[in-house]
Amino acid sequence: MAGAAGEVAVLGVGMHPWGKWGRNFIEYGVHAARNALADADLDWREVQFVAGGETIRNGYPGFVAGAAIAQALGFNGAQVGSAYGACAAGTQAIATARAHILAGLCDVALVVGADTTPKGFFAPTGGERQQDPDWLRFRLLGATNPVYFGLYARRRMDLYGDTEEDFARIKVKNSQCGAQNPNARYPKAFGLDEVLASPVVSDPLRLLQICATSDGGAALVLSSMEFARRRTAKPVTLAAVSTVTPQFPNTHLEMPNFATDSAAAQRAPALSFRDSIARSAYEQAGLGPEDMDLAEVYDLSSAMELDWCEAIGLCEPGEAARLLRDGDISLGGRIPVNPSGGLGAFGEAIPAQAIAQVCELVWQLRGEARGRQVEGARSGVTANLGLFGHGSSVVVRAH
Amino acid sequence: MATARRPAVAGWFTMDEEQPQLLGSRCTACGAVFFPKQESFCHNPACAGGDFEEAPLSRRGRLWSYTTNHYQPPPPYVPRGDAHRPFAIAAVELEAEKMVVLGQVPEQVKLESLRTGMEMELILDTLFEDDEGEVVVWKWNPVSEADGR
Ligand SMILES: [Zn+2]
Repeated sequence: MAGAAGEVAVLGVGMHPWGKWGRNFIEYGVHAARNALADADLDWREVQFVAGGETIRNGYPGFVAGAAIAQALGFNGAQVGSAYGACAAGTQAIATARAHILAGLCDVALVVGADTTPKGFFAPTGGERQQDPDWLRFRLLGATNPVYFGLYARRRMDLYGDTEEDFARIKVKNSQCGAQNPNARYPKAFGLDEVLASPVVSDPLRLLQICATSDGGAALVLSSMEFARRRTAKPVTLAAVSTVTPQFPNTHLEMPNFATDSAAAQRAPALSFRDSIARSAYEQAGLGPEDMDLAEVYDLSSAMELDWCEAIGLCEPGEAARLLRDGDISLGGRIPVNPSGGLGAFGEAIPAQAIAQVCELVWQLRGEARGRQVEGARSGVTANLGLFGHGSSVVVRAH
Repeated sequence: MATARRPAVAGWFTMDEEQPQLLGSRCTACGAVFFPKQESFCHNPACAGGDFEEAPLSRRGRLWSYTTNHYQPPPPYVPRGDAHRPFAIAAVELEAEKMVVLGQVPEQVKLESLRTGMEMELILDTLFEDDEGEVVVWKWNPVSEADGR
């Protein structure tokens, strides 16, 4: 299945601004959903399928996000799906809605993700859980999420010659875009000196280079192409949605693991997990990285944005810092990366984040990203990775 | 005063104070090695194996990357004292197993002395102390040239 046969239309997008609002996640989800419905000029009662990206920190209703948000909007009898995929939960929800539309099971679907996060480091749930690797990595190693980000960043420095200044420049670049984005949490454009003066968290990464945890919500209204054409001549479409898993042996050190798979008895796959994620989306879309005009990638740290630039095929391994230095991935460059401001400007609202990436691409492709617009953008790609092997990549296209 | 040394987790490493080893498992059908141990099913998609033998891992490897914890991690991490002191965490690549394994680096090892590619060796060291004694975990320690090994 490639090309237009598999496309669904994005009729509407909406968000609740990211921040630390301290309210129930359902409020953010409802706000985002209502914005997306208004953007689509669609009555909620017309929605036939609701897909919710789930969170795990909000107790009982958090585990059933699709239904909890449908109830808040007013139960309308729609079919419901609730998806968990850690940071890729949003893409799981998008994929479920898209599959329902493509299979002809519904014409129009609402996708929602929202979260309320605790302060500080993400940490495992309590209790003595000696069988849970996520619990054990904190107990045995003190391996917080930034520890993994620091390992990847140091590896780039020692292998490719990237510098701390390169990583800081990513933050500077993205904060300039974030300052123009009304949905971003941090309205501030940081200077290089400020970033490099912030305290070290996990060497070589500093506080301003590691994404925060945020509250926020994002939503999409998706429909069949036929349904969309009754409303608009040229809808923005999802040309591909990838939820690919790794191939054994996975030689990339993944959070929250203690070790990679062993590649001694079985040969490592030709493509690493990260490299396979956008590749799988490109194949579905019948497009390649050379066709993309912008990208939204999962910059859990500033340095990780460079890893993603390589993984989504913008350049060869080791060359991403050169793209940065040449201005290729800045606004006005060859292929701007994270014109939304990225996680650096938003912080993570886990089940909403992958949906928010798609919202940004849609605004960009419609020419509505005021103050951060990628001029003439026609196609864009998202990339993201959820714990435990959830790949996530969406190709969005204008027509 | 209790002086008992006990492992922070059962069955993940030997308590050999001189030559400790991490304990993985090996699938008897396809030879795939896992750490931590797999004991009931093999992750190799081409293998239906379900029998595993214990596989002690190489004690030495090359530093794949490293970083630090400048802030105290949240529970279940157990602080080693009243004030948090930054410590390093290493990812070490084992040549024979072709895998990368994480471990803390002993507190006295300076970050500046670490370099990607340097040889590292497995040791046992204190993770924290409680009323019953010392809780021990594996750590990666640089093999210094001064050792003459
Ligand atoms: Zn096997």
